[in-house]
Amino acid sequence: MAMTMTQKILAAHAGLGSVQAGQLILADLDLVLGNDITSPVAIKEFAKLGKDSVFDNNKVTMVMDHFAPNKDIKAAEQCRMCRDFCGEKDITHFYDVGEMGIEHALLPEKGLVTAGNAVIGADSHTCTYGALGAFSTGVGSTDMACGMAVGKAWFKVPSAIKFVLTGKLRKYVSGKDVILHIIGKIGVDGALYKSMEFTGEGLSSLSMDDRLCIANMAIEAGAKNGIFEVDEKTLSYIREHGGAEPEIYSADPDAEYDEVINIDLSEIEPTVAFPHLPENAKTFSEIGDVKIDQVVIGSCTNGRIEDLRTAAEILRGRKVAKNVRVIVIPATQRIYLEAMEEGLLRTFIEAGAVVSTPTCGPCLGGYMGILAAGERAVTTTNRNFVGRMGHVDSEVYLASPATAAASALTGKITSPWEVMEK
Amino acid sequence: MRYTGNIIKYGDNIDTDVIIPARYLNTSDHKELASHCMEDLDKSFISRVQPGDIIAAGWNFGCGSSREHAPIAIKASGVSLVIAKSFARIFYRNSINIGLAIVECPEAAEAIAEGDKVEADLDNGIIRDLTTGQEFRTAPFPEFVQKIIENGGLMESIARGVIK
Repeated sequence: MAMTMTQKILAAHAGLGSVQAGQLILADLDLVLGNDITSPVAIKEFAKLGKDSVFDNNKVTMVMDHFAPNKDIKAAEQCRMCRDFCGEKDITHFYDVGEMGIEHALLPEKGLVTAGNAVIGADSHTCTYGALGAFSTGVGSTDMACGMAVGKAWFKVPSAIKFVLTGKLRKYVSGKDVILHIIGKIGVDGALYKSMEFTGEGLSSLSMDDRLCIANMAIEAGAKNGIFEVDEKTLSYIREHGGAEPEIYSADPDAEYDEVINIDLSEIEPTVAFPHLPENAKTFSEIGDVKIDQVVIGSCTNGRIEDLRTAAEILRGRKVAKNVRVIVIPATQRIYLEAMEEGLLRTFIEAGAVVSTPTCGPCLGGYMGILAAGERAVTTTNRNFVGRMGHVDSEVYLASPATAAASALTGKITSPWEVMEK
Repeated sequence: MRYTGNIIKYGDNIDTDVIIPARYLNTSDHKELASHCMEDLDKSFISRVQPGDIIAAGWNFGCGSSREHAPIAIKASGVSLVIAKSFARIFYRNSINIGLAIVECPEAAEAIAEGDKVEADLDNGIIRDLTTGQEFRTAPFPEFVQKIIENGGLMESIARGVIK
């Protein structure tokens, strides 16, 4: 029976020769992830089993990134609970302030995920690692607890939508514009319960940072996972970051897909998702004057080095608009250092932006950039739900780092093509 | 599994950020989470919800974040069942795993009105609107999922050796 790429990885992890869409399976896991807000619930669930140890102390990881550095006393207690648990269970990959970064930027960077892996994380954006050719999906805390205990998770084998990419992105257009375009096309439940599989000759022109960004937002279309065909770029990324030996799975040529969608990358324009759903994607011919109060450049979606380079290129030698607060958040310590060495941090600060230590903070309205009633933000994050970044009457507009930086300069939502040579 | 309660009705794409805003995720206390349930969507929810009430909603209920705090908050607020046209997949798993009853039934979710009294018999896949007399059919849960629910949740199933 012909299988998709995702189905092949799941079959291999369930010890089965083949699987088909709809089948319920129990799969072995290569990595189980949690953060400082989902792990405490998982730790309480884990305690119900009375087990002394996790299934494999090298295959469980916790990253203190959401409300860390601790935003308040309760957040401090939650981080301490994770710290104590990881100490007690001798968890190798526990990442606290100083070593931590935003989890979905950190794990690939640390080489903790490789092609062919099956990964669950108690964070919806765990689908990011599909960029590395892994099956990777977000779950809740109880699934995380179960994963920590027995190294397995139950799945309903998904069907898939195939995205065939052709062409090449234009200047100042990036992975974020591609995924916002796709979500605009298929809707926030357009891939509900399904895999989004990315393939085609256009793939080779997409950087790993672009692919990580695209896979990251598969969940915003309701998908179980987003996954990219493995190519030379994937393999060299995994090698450079010290990842384990990759196992390459490819979809069968006659695999069945619910739908095949062709995307010509050269036709994608800078795209912005308007409040309050990521599917409200607009290009600049549809966008009038939208004044803004804040810009955030960072997150698990767009806090990687290429994102910062693009933003810095646009902000270099210029000043952000008066009355616009611009917050730049490198996603990991390593990205922070690289940005420092390349002079990007100086560029941001001279332009009038602030640079923060890695944290998920503002993306989910935690801290480090909360919006007041009636305020608007252009951000490179992934969700623009009601109240997502603060007050229930504030508004979040999702965009690429290039669009966010261009908007920071003008104080209204602005295409990078307006402030830079195309 | 039988549930009877009055309906509280919502629309499409109810996301986990409005079910429980992230500013309250610095706790995992069930009662505290319940006290902020639906706050950014419907400030009156927590004062009017009665034990046993049933939420009826549109497409893609529970989309967004993986926070298990969302089904926990709903369950701890006293809601016995959520009927929706469809559920986001992580919310669906989480509800099963923590033992919050949920059922997909587009016809029922469309027809049932706010305040109606509804009875749901999930073993036999029947939802009855006692206010209007309408009856709806749903698919039963897969056996694997039924086992988890019968055993009181995923962790309990592991503890009892149902999942090895």
